[in-house]
Amino acid sequence: MEFFIISLLNGISFGLLLFMLSSGLTLIFSMMGVLNFAHASFYMVGAYMGFAVSQIVGFWAALLLVPLLVGLLGALFEKYSLRKVHKYGHVPELMVTFGLSYIILELVQLIWGRIAVEFRPPELLQGSAFTLLSQPDGSLGFAWGRAALEQCQPLGPAICSLFPATRAFIMGVALLMLVSLWLLITRTRVGLVIQAALKHPEMVEALGHNVPRVFMLVFGAGTGLAGLAGVMGGSTFVTEPAMALTLGAIVFVVVVVGGLGSLAGAFLASLLIGVMQTFAVAIDQSLGSMLLAMGVALSAEAQAHELMRFTLSKAAPLLPFLLLVLVLIFRPHGLLGNRDH
Amino acid sequence: MKLTRRELTAAALLTSALPAVPAWAQRGETVRIALIDPQSGLMGPVGINQLRSFQFFAEKFSGAGNPAGVRFEIEGFDNKLSASETLTAMQAAIGRGIRFISQGNSSGIAGAIIEAVNRHNSRNPGQEVVFLNHSAVDPDLTNSRCSFWHFRFDADTSMKMEALTTFIRGEPTIRRVFLINQNYAHGHQVARFAKEMLARKRPDIQIVGEDLHPLAQVRDFAPYVAKIMASGADSVITGNWGSDLTLLIRAANDAGYRGRFFTYYAGVTGTPTALGTASEGRVYQIAYNHYNMGGQMQTWMNEFRQRFNDDFFTGSIIHILNALGVAMQNARSTNAVRVAHAMSGLRFNSFSGPVEMRRADHQLQQPLFLTRWQRVDAQHPYSPENTGMTLALVRRFDAYVASTPTSCAMQRPAAPV
Amino acid sequence: MTATKYYQFRPINVGRWFIWSLFALVLLLAPLVFDSSIAISMMAQMGIAIIACLSFNMLLGQGGMLSFGHAVYAGLGTYVAMHALLLLGDAGLPVPAVALIPLVGGLAGLFFALLFGYVTTKKAGTAFAMITLGVGELIFIASMVFFIFFGGEAGVSADRVIGEPFWGISFGPLIEVYYLIAVYTFLCVALMFAYTRTPLGRIINAVRDNPERVEFIGYDPQTVRYLVFMIAGFFAGIAGGMAAVLFEIVTSEVVGPIRSGSYLLFAFLGGVTFFFGPIIGGILMVLAFVMFSEITKAWMLYLGLIFVFMVMYAPGGIAGLIMMNLRLAMFGRLGELWASYLGLGATALALLVSLGALIEMIYHLQLGTAMGDVVPFLGMSLNTLDLDVWFGAVFVALTSFGLFELCRRSFSQQWAAIQTDIEKEIKRRETA
Repeated sequence: MEFFIISLLNGISFGLLLFMLSSGLTLIFSMMGVLNFAHASFYMVGAYMGFAVSQIVGFWAALLLVPLLVGLLGALFEKYSLRKVHKYGHVPELMVTFGLSYIILELVQLIWGRIAVEFRPPELLQGSAFTLLSQPDGSLGFAWGRAALEQCQPLGPAICSLFPATRAFIMGVALLMLVSLWLLITRTRVGLVIQAALKHPEMVEALGHNVPRVFMLVFGAGTGLAGLAGVMGGSTFVTEPAMALTLGAIVFVVVVVGGLGSLAGAFLASLLIGVMQTFAVAIDQSLGSMLLAMGVALSAEAQAHELMRFTLSKAAPLLPFLLLVLVLIFRPHGLLGNRDH
Repeated sequence: MKLTRRELTAAALLTSALPAVPAWAQRGETVRIALIDPQSGLMGPVGINQLRSFQFFAEKFSGAGNPAGVRFEIEGFDNKLSASETLTAMQAAIGRGIRFISQGNSSGIAGAIIEAVNRHNSRNPGQEVVFLNHSAVDPDLTNSRCSFWHFRFDADTSMKMEALTTFIRGEPTIRRVFLINQNYAHGHQVARFAKEMLARKRPDIQIVGEDLHPLAQVRDFAPYVAKIMASGADSVITGNWGSDLTLLIRAANDAGYRGRFFTYYAGVTGTPTALGTASEGRVYQIAYNHYNMGGQMQTWMNEFRQRFNDDFFTGSIIHILNALGVAMQNARSTNAVRVAHAMSGLRFNSFSGPVEMRRADHQLQQPLFLTRWQRVDAQHPYSPENTGMTLALVRRFDAYVASTPTSCAMQRPAAPV
Repeated sequence: MTATKYYQFRPINVGRWFIWSLFALVLLLAPLVFDSSIAISMMAQMGIAIIACLSFNMLLGQGGMLSFGHAVYAGLGTYVAMHALLLLGDAGLPVPAVALIPLVGGLAGLFFALLFGYVTTKKAGTAFAMITLGVGELIFIASMVFFIFFGGEAGVSADRVIGEPFWGISFGPLIEVYYLIAVYTFLCVALMFAYTRTPLGRIINAVRDNPERVEFIGYDPQTVRYLVFMIAGFFAGIAGGMAAVLFEIVTSEVVGPIRSGSYLLFAFLGGVTFFFGPIIGGILMVLAFVMFSEITKAWMLYLGLIFVFMVMYAPGGIAGLIMMNLRLAMFGRLGELWASYLGLGATALALLVSLGALIEMIYHLQLGTAMGDVVPFLGMSLNTLDLDVWFGAVFVALTSFGLFELCRRSFSQQWAAIQTDIEKEIKRRETA
């Protein structure tokens, strides 16, 4: 039972991290129609900067500073590079961000080297948020922080499952960020201008608002969010040059599955994918075992065939992309998509 | 080579009669070795470390440092972990006149090199090349895919597992084992041999779970760790390396897993930093060398550390240079074919004592060491990556203990006259 | 862009015969000029890269479809061709059968494009790009998971010498494989060029420019895209099949995102608005991967920077630059720019050299302090510990950047003036 709960929480925390990343991407896409290929690269820059800055002023200050720095970098990129390409259309914009991802990767490796760097969370977050104790009589105990060692195996009777504080922190910050983002867009003046610029940029410009500046701010905000995700993801998982490539593809899946341009869709899709990947690992059922369970008779050699022995857990990394293809076949607008691109 | 008694005495008389510095044909010649390994990307740091190691020891073993009196020169090629780039690099190396090729990161690429070398040598007599494998441990390379031109200086997966399971046999506290590996040839082999050998030596041990995850893709090992904990395993055997190992152990520490990890690659660039103090006493490594071997090896390691601010762990490089030196002296030549014949079945001394390049499959028979992650102390002073921790020796396994049989049916070319 | 008009030489037929004969001659005689085995291997790889980039450009330049997963079709072509080669070897067919292997690869590419193309071409523009990315990642990860077809980490390998030499040809020696590839390259380039002259080749241009209008004249843009996607997949598969014969091994990186990215990068660098642009791109790709990476560790950084600047300032790529200057030459105005070009070139060179020196020194500090403190750079030895060298490089960089800006501004003015004149002249000739 605790396995299910911990796995669910793991999946949700991973999904929320994905959401932090993809929300920035969705924001940029909604406003400007640009799919920022280098978004995961800004995530990586956030992680590395978090590493560097936290060594000078500590983790908590870095948590506040780094998103601003990364946002500033994003805004500068938008002003000096993306804006020039805007007139050529969407495809060149995509290509410029594609080239940027190469450059960022090389610069990061140049400054911080090619191995993973040791970016650890602060003392406060290094422990566990809570412990689930699975008692031998079947009941489930709960303890804040780390449960006393005497209670846990091998010394005690219960199987203790810890839930790391860093993950709980990710969940907290992500939810906070979602709420504040929603409030910002729907309740403030800036948010109103942004919403209007989304639908009718020329009209908004005619009304006297500096639309290019709004775009720059939005791009900066989006990349800043990626930077924030980077600080937290980098300290929880690993900070290495390959982190952009691996996470980048999944983020695009999230955005497309959720529906290009829909924040709520991105939220749903990231949770779905996070939970799906986490639970898929746990399922050792293969096609063969499923068929056997259904009563289909399989000969010994058929059972040994690679396709029959292929378990869902091995397929876990494939699932997000499989989901992408399925969604594109049956629901091309994405789960909650509303813009037709 | 077998000599009659007469020939032996004649040779003995001849060698004793000659002055101390005989004019062997190969003395003073330069032997160039091409090292084709990744120097960028995921395995870049490991590849760069190995290139530096090769160059460092080439210096030490050149000239008077080896019995043949040759000079070793190392040329590095970046194959970016790609088979096609490796073949192109081989072309370039052969085009430059290099006849000795070394590689070790990725058994898949090693297999590709073996096939390419076989093809090249059969299509281009007179330009034969020899492949010196420093770290690719897939047993198939000296079994089903063995080749006369391939020499492996690392201990293969089966040898390491043989030694590891010998240790486990004597540990009654180990009862439930979980196998987690990368889903490719190396990981499959580790899992396969673990199951086979445990079944043979400790049939009472239960394999409570087995997982194969994609190579270098998983960033979040929490689900796997949750599985390990749910299975109640007291030990985990894994052949993982790089980020797959560091993230796994870190996730296990985060989740509060208290069992032991038996690994192959805990000491490789990047992992010691990630292990830190949290893994003290619970992570083991089986390898053919370790950080605290003492003597000349310790001096070299300290010197390497001082010069490059990096740790030396690819001991097979020393094996290679030793083997080449002795083989070239025996063959009295640096010609690749002659050297290959001389190395086949060669017995020589290296840093871990006397070792033998087994004639049947060209797998180096050597002692293995089981080490455990713990704090540095007086007997184990060397701390990799300045962590304050080290891998301390737990048990040494003689070469005959670690030796495993081979099914290699090697096709040997005719020995040159 | 009106520049396409100048792509047709006058008088037409003589020019076309000349160019194609020259191309065939170059393919034929190149190994006699560059005869080291590494050079021949590189030229064979260039042939493969040319076809791959040209097939990619069928989608991007001609169809406006940006694909992030094109390597899938070339790579799957390689895998199928490799399995076919294994089967051929087992079946004991005569050696000439190997010459058909690239075709097998092409058919495989066509098949997979048929399979995935339906889903992929449902949308255009950004959505299309994302779908190709997703499909590309899907296949890449699948290639690491399904072992029977993909061979896992070791990949699939086969021997291209499947039997006794046939009329002296066994395809063992590299030079024989080169000529096989040269023949295929010539044929495929000719076919792809001919395709651009067909109605389908023209309609896809229209779909790129104005899909709504195309619907009005009676064609379904999605069907057109799908057909073109399949044809591009066919040629990509041929490139893959040739790679199978050349390398005799295939591993999962041939379908990976990095390979797809390289096709995009180099096709764009060569120039997507002209037919021959990707040919330049393919040649550059092989040069970059084989030689560039040996010269400098920072090659990826240079590549990324060049790409971004190209997208921003010269979206027509190298081919575009060549053609723009050719147009100037045809109007007799190229000569006026020689001074500006000289200034631009000199300051740009100084800037690049100084920046290059800085980048190389930084890379050396980061990666290679063990090999001493001196970086060999363009024949000079730069001591990374010497502050003078750093100051010198920074100073040269800053001053040359300033001078470059000045030159660039005057050049832009001159260029704009000449362009206006040319436009007027074109108008005049039209009405005359």
